[in-house]
Amino acid sequence: MSTYTLRINGQTHQIEGEPNDSLLSVLRYELDLIGSKFGCGEGACGACTVLVDNQAMRSCVARLSAVAGKTIVTIEGLGGNQLHPVQQAFLDAEAFQCGYCTPGMVMATVSLLRTNPTPSEADIARIMDRNVCRCGTYPRIVRAVKMAAERTRNTEGAEVRR
Amino acid sequence: MNRPVDIEVEVERYELIEPARYRFEVERREFMRIFGVMGAGVLVLASVPGSAQESGRTGQQSASSDVSAWVHIDERGRITGYTGKTEIGQNIRTSLAQAIADELRVPLNRVSLVMADTDLVPFDQGTFGSQSTPRMAPQLARAAAAAREMLLDRAAAQWNVDRATLGVKDGQIVGQGHSAGFGEITKGQKLVGAVPASVSPSPVAQWTSRGTAEKKVAGLDFVTGRHRFTPDITRPGMLYGAIIRPAGYTGTLTSMDDGAARALKGVTIVRDGTFAGVVAPTERLARRAVTSIKAEWSVPSDLASSQTVYEQLKKAGSTGGGRGGAPTMAGDIPAARAAAARTLDASYRIPYIAHVPLEPRSAVAEWNDGKLTVWTGTQRPFGVRTELAEAFRIPESQVRVIVPDTGSAYGGKHTGEFAVEAARLAKAVSKPVKLVWTRAEEFAFGYFRPAGVIEVKAAVNGSGRITAWEFDNWNSGPSAIQTPYDVANRRIQFHQSESPLRQGSYRGLAATANHYVREMHMDAIARALGVDAVEFRLTHLTDERMRNVLTAAAQRVGWPKTSSPDRALGIACGTEKGSYIATAAELSRADKGFKVERLVVAFECGAIVNPDGLKNQVEGSVVQGLGGALFEAIEFAGGKLANGTMAQYRVPRFKDVPVIDVVLLDRRDLPSAGAGETPIVCVAPAIGSAARSFGTVATELPVKLL
Repeated sequence: MSTYTLRINGQTHQIEGEPNDSLLSVLRYELDLIGSKFGCGEGACGACTVLVDNQAMRSCVARLSAVAGKTIVTIEGLGGNQLHPVQQAFLDAEAFQCGYCTPGMVMATVSLLRTNPTPSEADIARIMDRNVCRCGTYPRIVRAVKMAAERTRNTEGAEVRR
Repeated sequence: MNRPVDIEVEVERYELIEPARYRFEVERREFMRIFGVMGAGVLVLASVPGSAQESGRTGQQSASSDVSAWVHIDERGRITGYTGKTEIGQNIRTSLAQAIADELRVPLNRVSLVMADTDLVPFDQGTFGSQSTPRMAPQLARAAAAAREMLLDRAAAQWNVDRATLGVKDGQIVGQGHSAGFGEITKGQKLVGAVPASVSPSPVAQWTSRGTAEKKVAGLDFVTGRHRFTPDITRPGMLYGAIIRPAGYTGTLTSMDDGAARALKGVTIVRDGTFAGVVAPTERLARRAVTSIKAEWSVPSDLASSQTVYEQLKKAGSTGGGRGGAPTMAGDIPAARAAAARTLDASYRIPYIAHVPLEPRSAVAEWNDGKLTVWTGTQRPFGVRTELAEAFRIPESQVRVIVPDTGSAYGGKHTGEFAVEAARLAKAVSKPVKLVWTRAEEFAFGYFRPAGVIEVKAAVNGSGRITAWEFDNWNSGPSAIQTPYDVANRRIQFHQSESPLRQGSYRGLAATANHYVREMHMDAIARALGVDAVEFRLTHLTDERMRNVLTAAAQRVGWPKTSSPDRALGIACGTEKGSYIATAAELSRADKGFKVERLVVAFECGAIVNPDGLKNQVEGSVVQGLGGALFEAIEFAGGKLANGTMAQYRVPRFKDVPVIDVVLLDRRDLPSAGAGETPIVCVAPAIGSAARSFGTVATELPVKLL
């Protein structure tokens, strides 16, 4: 057993554990950050996606030893008092049915737009292909991602002009 | 063939035979409990006897097929609907509330629903068979309409005015210079009512919320991740469970070395007969404990494989039982075949496929003074209550099942073995326990859509008309087994068989397999005769609704012209659960066969309740259908699944999704039918028939060029 320092949504937690323990298990079942969902535990569905040093990462296969000391953002850490533009876009496009994949989709989109603010539909399909929506709302999610991209550009453009 | 209309007629007829008042007294105790929870006000029960529904499961202890709903309006005017249906992504928390809002003439945000809590809602068989919209919504609407009429009666009496001069507007009773909120009129009273025969839901022309694209209720909780699905439920002092499993999908525990697990601090091993599990203070520790246990299992030999299963199913169905019932017969098959210009026969194989709901089967169980409360994602809360009561030999009244809005099900969550497991672990440690199945457990210990063999034989006369149609389905199921085409001589039979793998319900169930084979064969006949596949179908169709969707899909896709010369078109149509679907597929050639470029879907389910929610359901159903059409199939041998993980079992992802063009036909003159299932049924035959333009297509699912 070792102690790992996890920096999550601006707070620091000291967690006792084995090096191979999964980040998702700690987030969900010990810190009650339940927005990151358990879908497969294999890193194959994306429902547990969080940002680690600004990169999208599947937290179910992220080991404590690998994320210790890094900056972790979960869906609870997005947006502050208001919705993040990506969350707002998902809400407006109603890009979900059961909603179980939604937090992971939102986090994957935040990460995607950070590296590519103007993704084409093909870019979206390629990057987001790691996330599964079993309800099949993919066309709506693509719409939400594009909507979020456009709004982010407009907002940033407005800020630059000011 | 006009099924939704038939259903409505049945409801009305049964109502006359068995008046609701009789049921009302039985439910009185329940009512009092609702007043206890919700406070005084008005409470109305609506209930109609139900009809047999396909669920893939039977044997419920407190079996009643009644469709019951309550509507309560409290002293502050808050409106609450009570239903045993579960929200699993199909959006009924929104669409059912729309029905109540309309009848009480209030905006949607004034209405909330209590769903699927067995201590708070009337008994319900379960959420399956696309019944929520055609059966539950009218009950909630009737209850709400009756509540409205009761409020008008009270207001007229209180104000001593002519009732006919009063109206309902924005949550107020108004007229004759008076106005009062719903709550004020019933202050301090506990009014209970049933639905009088004179009250019926508003006609479609008076819909205000229904018929509009209302936003999903509680959408905010999903985009923020705040909604608590079952795996997110926590209870004070809760511990975490895990189950000890064999390596494959079957096996009996023979011995177990749990020394290493016992050495872990806080870990409890629970063994009861063939059941074995662990409880630990953290999920990580429970997982670690389970992996440290060395268990021996006895696994039967000579188990079927995904190669041998078809022969086995057919054999078991034909000789060993054949419980599918008598065939549907019409006319004289041998005479028709003898007189035929040509005959075309084929045999198809349908594999097992998995639901793969993203929220794994899971439960949180808690015992308090002998009463068991379980939070779990299931489509049958009352069925799971029965399972729990039986497992622990306690009365059903000592069991409460609460279903949080669930991370999808698709027919895969009709059972509650995970609830039983969590409850067993919780009982052992006298603390609440959460159990979340791993993805591997999901695949191996859930159940599958049934595999099957389907044989079809057709005879065609000299003028190109089908004169005989024989259709035998072994094991995959009887849904939509009948042909909607006009054929004089028919023999159609379902042969139930012994399935080597655990099987059960699935979105659309066998309707997908039966549509696949029927429509592929219709296409094969049209091709053999050298006639257009749409024209060929139309000459055999008198059902207007089917003709309409077929024509709409053909027109939208540009039938028979492809959008570029190297592409191919295919089309299929069908009906299931009272709604009508036609799907057209456009394919291009690709390295290993073909690529689906575009799907056009024409869908008609009577009067549309929520156009945006409906479109979402249709698109989603089509995407799910793509999986079964293109790549989903469970592979197994020697008691193990060969592809029982998310990485190995391919489900549709972003890159697999073509352009999907949905045409919704709104029939406001017809009752609303359910819509979550039917759009899945024609995806595979549309793709399969298009693929025939590129080569020979295998007589199996998924669709494959030979």
